[in-house]
Parts: sequence; C-alpha cells; structure tokens
Amino acid sequence: MEMEYQVKGPYLIIQVGRELDHHQAEHIRQVLERIGRERDIRNIIFDFTKTTFMDSSGVGMLISRYRDLSMCGGTVCAAGVCPAVEKLFYVSGLHKIIRVYSEVEDVFNGQK
Amino acid sequence: MDKNEIKVIFDSCSENESFARMVISAFVARLDPTLEELADIKTAISEAVTNSIIHGYGGGKGDIEMYGRIDDREVVVEVVDFGVGIENIEKAMEPMFTTRPDIDRSGMGFAFMEAFMDELKVESEPGKGTRIVMKKRLGVV
Repeated sequence: MEMEYQVKGPYLIIQVGRELDHHQAEHIRQVLERIGRERDIRNIIFDFTKTTFMDSSGVGMLISRYRDLSMCGGTVCAAGVCPAVEKLFYVSGLHKIIRVYSEVEDVFNGQK
Repeated sequence: MDKNEIKVIFDSCSENESFARMVISAFVARLDPTLEELADIKTAISEAVTNSIIHGYGGGKGDIEMYGRIDDREVVVEVVDFGVGIENIEKAMEPMFTTRPDIDRSGMGFAFMEAFMDELKVESEPGKGTRIVMKKRLGVV
C-alpha cells in the first residue's frame, strides 16, 4: 500500500490513512526514511483529514519525528484532526509540541 | 440478552491490531455506545494487542487470545499472550516508560488503557506471558 505525500514549498505533506496504529505508524516511518534519503526534509505536515483512529503508536511516531526535526530547526504540525484523534493529542500532551491546524491550507496562510 | 461472550485467537502480527479493534467494535455495537465510548474501547484494545505483539512476542510469532464479555452495560475485555512477560509491572505502567524508545514507542500504552477504561488489571509472569483485563461501564442510553 502506497502512502500519499506531496512537497509544497518547504513542507512535506503526509496524507495519514484511516487508522494510525502501530502497523500504519511503522509504514509512515519507513516511507519518511526513504524520502529522507532522497531529499532534505525540514518540515512535515501530517494531514489527518481521512483519519478516524489513532493510538499511542501514532503518538510515538509523531514525537520521534518532532524530536528529529526540531533538532535541525524544523517543524512538525498536524491538520484536519477529528475529535477522537484530538482527544489523544490532549491526553498525551502532544498538542503542546505539535501545532494543530483546522486544515492543511491554514498552515500556509498562518491561521490556526 | 443481558450477557454475551466471545473468544478470539489470532496471530501476533501488526495487521491483526485493526482486526482486534473491528471485532470489539462489532461486539459492543448492540449496546449502542457513544462515539467517544467506542473510540476509548478501541484505543485501549489497540494498546493491549500492540503490547503483546511488540513486547510480549518481540515481533515474533505467537498466539494472542482476546476475550470479550458483556454484562448489562459493562464491557470486559481480556488480552492474553504467552510471550516474555513483564519483569516489573509497576515500572512498565509508569507513563512515558518504554523498553523500546529505539522503535518510536511513546511509553503511553498503559496510561491510555487506564485513561480510557474504568478498570485495568495487569497480570504477568516473566517467561510465561501477560494478561490484561479491562472494564468499562457504558452510559445508559
């Protein structure tokens, strides 16, 4: 299963699948690693528009990407998060380090 | 029908994480849970099953048993593996503690199970395996 992603300006936009569990998190990690070998990624937007489920494996994957990118001055943000996934962002404290936007476009025009 | 029970045994592969969530969702559907209750249960089950796959069996092959029980509006789910077991349960349950930071583990699995269910019991013996028992009482419709 291929994952959808696109590069827009300084951002890599990752289209997260329907359920971000250990299985999917591992898939995203591998794809990011592969893209990272071909180009310099500094900023990632995780697009959660299609996602209805996430667990601590998703949280772990996002924290690791945040850690890697923030060390080289980059950013990680999320967009289009549904209430179930948003709850996980708050319970885990993820919302304190990863900014959440209503939609991907908002990242580019600076709206929250 | 006030009571109902299911038993499922599946392989410890990551594809079965979503399978386990689907089974439990279908099982509790007749109680007409709210979207939030259903999401809570799915997250907790996902944490337990993922723990068995990653830590219990260390990514290797093994059986995972999942039991679901409904009694009135109480849901009990058990996830059992016959893997390595947990040396120090108290330590394992500390938020942010993980034995595998190398593979992006957040160390929040047990914290999520505790946060999203009403009761959590962890029984484990090194070399024998681990049994997780979780309960959640659903609101009255």
